Amino acid sequence: MESVTKLKDIATQVRRDIVRMVHAVQSGHPGGSLGCADFLTALYFNTMEHNPSFNMDAVNEDVFFLSNGHISPVFYSVLARSGYFDVKELATFRKLNTRLQGHPATHEHLPGVRIASGSLGQGMSVAIGAALSKKLNGDNHLVFSLHGDGELDEGQVWEAIMSATHLKVDNLISTIDWNGQQIDGPTSKVMNLGDLHIKFAAFGWVVIEMNGNDMDDVVATLDKAKSLTGNGQPVCILMKTEMGKGVDFMEGSHEWHGIAPNNDQLAKALAQLPETLGDY
Amino acid sequence: MLKDIQVLNEKETRGGFGEGIYAAGKANENVVVLTADLAGSLKLGPFIKDFPNRFVQCGIAEANMIGIAAGLTIGGKIPYTTTFANFSTGRVYDQIRQSVAYSGKNVKICASHAGLTLGEDGATHQILEDIGLMKMLPGMTVIVPCDFNQTKAATIAIADYNGPVYLRFGRPKWPNFTKEDGSDFVIGKAQQLSEGTDISIFACGHMVWKAIEAGRILEEKGLSVELINIHTIKPLDEAAIIASVKKTGCAVTCEEHNILGGLGESVSRVLSSNCPAPVELVGTKDTFGESGKPEELLKKYGLEAVDIVSAAEKAISRKK
Repeated sequence: MESVTKLKDIATQVRRDIVRMVHAVQSGHPGGSLGCADFLTALYFNTMEHNPSFNMDAVNEDVFFLSNGHISPVFYSVLARSGYFDVKELATFRKLNTRLQGHPATHEHLPGVRIASGSLGQGMSVAIGAALSKKLNGDNHLVFSLHGDGELDEGQVWEAIMSATHLKVDNLISTIDWNGQQIDGPTSKVMNLGDLHIKFAAFGWVVIEMNGNDMDDVVATLDKAKSLTGNGQPVCILMKTEMGKGVDFMEGSHEWHGIAPNNDQLAKALAQLPETLGDY
Repeated sequence: MLKDIQVLNEKETRGGFGEGIYAAGKANENVVVLTADLAGSLKLGPFIKDFPNRFVQCGIAEANMIGIAAGLTIGGKIPYTTTFANFSTGRVYDQIRQSVAYSGKNVKICASHAGLTLGEDGATHQILEDIGLMKMLPGMTVIVPCDFNQTKAATIAIADYNGPVYLRFGRPKWPNFTKEDGSDFVIGKAQQLSEGTDISIFACGHMVWKAIEAGRILEEKGLSVELINIHTIKPLDEAAIIASVKKTGCAVTCEEHNILGGLGESVSRVLSSNCPAPVELVGTKDTFGESGKPEELLKKYGLEAVDIVSAAEKAISRKK
């Protein structure tokens, strides 16, 4: 378990990694990645019991699925920083012959990735399957998943939300990155999500909310979520974040969903994100 | 000779799946069965009764079912998804592509009610494109067994076969003639049903029986027919196809599927690269089906024994 101060330092380095990775290849998705840096740092460095000497079957460990695969930069950085592979490999992101594909894949056998994602809406179903597998195997560890709020436009997610309750998957904690932005603009304009708290509760989930960019709140809420498992219901965390968090000119706008910073913008961004663990 | 093949009885291939999944579940406690509100149609009753904790009812939500199956493999489960062929493939193509095939997951996609012989429900349910959809996915194995016994054997065999599999079978009662113990079925190995020198007939699924009927007619006309059951369309037993056509010099393919993208195109690809020869394709001709009795539909869409006979005679006439 790491202190909140240490976790914040790690998240800052993760944000540096994200910006540098996307800049180096001039493609990728910095906005959502930056917004979820605190959550994934807390998950991998504090919340989950997991083994970086990677085993696909995840026996006797917690497991995480990234459903909104386009935020692969934050996923790859956190996996590397927590020991799944050498941080130097982050330099290969999106380049030919890389294991760090544009969207996460198992095809190149990158340690830490257990399912391909990118085509949206599929990850919660997979997480439910993995949770059922754990129950059949008598494994008391937990399954975590992360989804974009825009991703909730996909119908399959609602099939999964309904079935998780019916199948009593109470070893699942699904987090929604509620940043209110998607490619074409604010979610309220593209496809209004309505009251997500009421919707998840109506489908039979235990619902809690947190500020995904406040490390104290993230750590405490994830601990609370764990304490709510095992009671017959799946657990949903509605995580308020700011897209682009940590780089002032990227914050709060869908404009930085899927574009890379230029050289000047990189310099401005890195000036706001001091190197804490050493760059790759 | 094809006239020597004995019909044991008439049974639904989906019934063979039901018996096979029970046997697979009994033999291996990692076998898990999922369905999308079609447990009865897929003959899952005995499995559900004896292994209730390894049965997952997903409701009418096929996309979610495919994803749950992919997740179940993490931890070593061997999930079999069950629904009609149309909802097993066309409805969930991207889920299969990303979460199963690209992710390399050990999911068995088991599809009943394939093809025209679904009958009266009509074209919305009669998928004729599924073999093509599935064979195009890298890493996907595609199996189309010909009768009850072979469907049972294939259902059992795929539990021990690592990797994603598409298993296609059907609804109606159909002549059952392969070995009851399934010992004549090996994944990826073509099944020779007769030896001949004038024409090679390659068939899959229900059309194997139609090809037997056609072959008997050709034999009565004095022709020497080599009939081969290509139950595994991918990986294709290319050696068996090439060896046969090197001997006969021409071929007919028979499938309850669109000739675009099915068995016929797979066979033609192999032959064009290795031993070019006249090939005639029996199958549906880039069309949807319609309501009707199975036999009426097979007649209307040109999938009867007489159609195979005509195709064979045409192929033979084209030989140089």
